[in-house]
Amino acid sequence: MATVIIPTPLRKFTDNESRLSTPAANVAEALQDLAIRFPNLKKHLLDDQGQIRGFLNIFVGDADIRDLALEQTPISADAVLSIVPAIAGGRQ
Amino acid sequence: MLYLDPHIRQLMLEDAMQAFPDECCGFFYGEEINDKRYIKSMLIVENAQIGDKRRRFEISPKDYLRAEEYAEEQGLQLLGVYHSHPNSPAFPSEQDRQAAQPFFSYIIMSIYERGRNNLLSWRLNDQFQFESEEVLEASAIA
Repeated sequence: MATVIIPTPLRKFTDNESRLSTPAANVAEALQDLAIRFPNLKKHLLDDQGQIRGFLNIFVGDADIRDLALEQTPISADAVLSIVPAIAGGRQ
Repeated sequence: MLYLDPHIRQLMLEDAMQAFPDECCGFFYGEEINDKRYIKSMLIVENAQIGDKRRRFEISPKDYLRAEEYAEEQGLQLLGVYHSHPNSPAFPSEQDRQAAQPFFSYIIMSIYERGRNNLLSWRLNDQFQFESEEVLEASAIA
């Protein structure tokens, strides 16, 4: 099973678990799996259209899925998928 | 409620003054006990924004992951993010709100050319809106 690393701000929705296992075969399935297991997490992962929320980066190993096959990026049983919040902002 | 050590507050303000007129950014760490957050450590991070850093900041994914690792190494919780608003009030902008994460405290420092400054903290509520968070000196813990 692949491992998903949950960032600190989202752990309150995963019973404080920082690492979860998933049988998913690709990134989209992994996020759906998490959304089903932790319903309160869903709105912080996916928007109303079911797309990955803006200001959220997903890495498989060291690679950003934007440089791979986006949500269809396959994940092997020993893969590590990291959910990484995009930290940004600034004055008006 | 945030309890901020005066030394850490000073280090954050110095980072903001050093970066001026650009925005600075970083993380802070500590413990949360009964909804009270005690800040014990901080980490200065490079503003990775490409372009105008006077009104935007960005932290690279690599620095974010390093910040999470630092929390584990130190046995502390990553409690939030700080950044500065040069020549602008310490209130969150729409850009700040859109990028904000749940749980994190967002410390914003306003820094002005003549040395005037202010530090406020904000947290996102369940409706994705910012609410003010009281900041007290750590010496007020007792």
